[in-house]
Amino acid sequence: MLNGSTFIRRELMIRIVRAFDDGTLEKELDQIPIKLRPKNSVASGCCVYHDRAIFKYRLMALLGVSVEDETDEAKSLAAYFAEKAWGGGANDTRPKTPLSVCGPACSGCPDAKVVSTPNCRGCIARPCVYNCPKKAISIVGGQSVIDQSLCIKCGKCITACPYHAIVKTSVPCEDACPVGAIRKNDQGVAEIDFEKCIFCGKCFAVCPFAAVMERSQLVDVLAAMKRGEKLVAMIAPAAEKQFPGKIEQLLSACAKAGFADVMEVALGAEKTTEHETAEFIERMEKDQKTFMTTSCCPAWVNLVGKHMPDLVNHVSLTPSPMVYAHEIAKKKDPSAKTVFIGPCVAKRSEARRKDVDYVLSFEELGAILAGRKIDVIACEPWPVERPANPTARNYARSCGVTDAVLAEATAKIPGFKLDAKQINGIDRKTCAMVKLYAAGKLPVNFLEVMACPGGCQNGPCSLT
Amino acid sequence: MEKVKVEICCGTACYLLGAANMMDLEDQLPAEWRGRVEVEARTCLELCEKENLGGAPYVRINDTEIMAQATPEKLTARIGELLTEAE
Repeated sequence: MLNGSTFIRRELMIRIVRAFDDGTLEKELDQIPIKLRPKNSVASGCCVYHDRAIFKYRLMALLGVSVEDETDEAKSLAAYFAEKAWGGGANDTRPKTPLSVCGPACSGCPDAKVVSTPNCRGCIARPCVYNCPKKAISIVGGQSVIDQSLCIKCGKCITACPYHAIVKTSVPCEDACPVGAIRKNDQGVAEIDFEKCIFCGKCFAVCPFAAVMERSQLVDVLAAMKRGEKLVAMIAPAAEKQFPGKIEQLLSACAKAGFADVMEVALGAEKTTEHETAEFIERMEKDQKTFMTTSCCPAWVNLVGKHMPDLVNHVSLTPSPMVYAHEIAKKKDPSAKTVFIGPCVAKRSEARRKDVDYVLSFEELGAILAGRKIDVIACEPWPVERPANPTARNYARSCGVTDAVLAEATAKIPGFKLDAKQINGIDRKTCAMVKLYAAGKLPVNFLEVMACPGGCQNGPCSLT
Repeated sequence: MEKVKVEICCGTACYLLGAANMMDLEDQLPAEWRGRVEVEARTCLELCEKENLGGAPYVRINDTEIMAQATPEKLTARIGELLTEAE
């Protein structure tokens, strides 16, 4: 979704691609913050100097460098770039921790609390006072006042007040994190606990100051192309409706942009469906009372691995569509390197585990296309051998995996019944629900989990 | 009566930087303007070169006027002005 913070991130990405192609990136990098915020220009934050400092960290993240790993504050962006671009691709560029917090950008939002605002009319009904279970509200000088030492933030007064005079302030990143992995440190700046983080990207998507950043492989991909590496663009099923035009046109656009080969990840999804269905049938034959959950959402797999040990044995062992797509690409050309292109932060962590070489977001792909002046709608459709199966292309929608497995199973065993349930978006509430399932309270045998509400198509790095 | 011609740049840069929100501009315009406004999606108008990138998304109105950082709201207001002038 476009807003002020996505605008600036995308602008920086496009600038990087253009300067890289002009061969001037190393020279220009350290000037970009100044060019974007010359003196006397309007600042987004407190002043242009603060803006520039933040831009430097944003550019660092786009170079794949984590702010947390910064050891020398005086090190120039050019120096970081030189390490990347001229390293000859020898180093593993896949970030261990795909997210990074830009301390100077973090606004250090005040702790969440329930407060009364001047909208209070000091009415005589005083529903806030009467509804508060902790007797935390009193009326002082005709205005409701909440005693913070007593308030338990239950929100009863918020719903009771007819004037909407009581509000709950929030810390968006902490509220969005389903596992409590992001917290303010003793300096009041958000910090991610990477032991807990499942890389779902929710904090990245919600932070109004864009203080949570992705560690990009954009420059690594550009450098690899320049070195002449054969890169295969693997486009996730969520690409539908991301760019104007059809998937086949997007494939052509990628080929034009310098990828040696292009393919739909949905072809891998077909294999996932086939194997996952077989695995499900086998599991059910062994034990009718058990249940299996899907394995294609990497944030979900991370969630189980880090927070729900009881569920580990229920997660399907079938590889994800990305992994199968990678296998198909490697089979076709063993010397090729694979680039997964999707809307997902967590795929960066899966790619590292599963040996996929690079991951780009749709935004980053968009920046490459924009930088190289390629319009998707102006491209001829790519001559695919065959389009992927519609059920496979549907993987990016909530219920899509269930539908695919059901269709496959019914084709094999007529009258096959799948008792499925879907978790459409991981948050604190659904986490609690899943924990109940782990304790044996799941009334179904197939559980589809997608971390993003609506499925991957609404992923944190989705364009629309 | 003359029509107002609106060309929305759908080059990938403009698309990423906001033109995506204007793809359905025609449906967002008041019904009484129907037939008086011609909205077209264009491939890159080449206005986003170098330091002008921050001005995206660009829209060209009546072949000559360029609107930078266009939004559906800004465009609707400008089309309204042009239609009133034409009356």
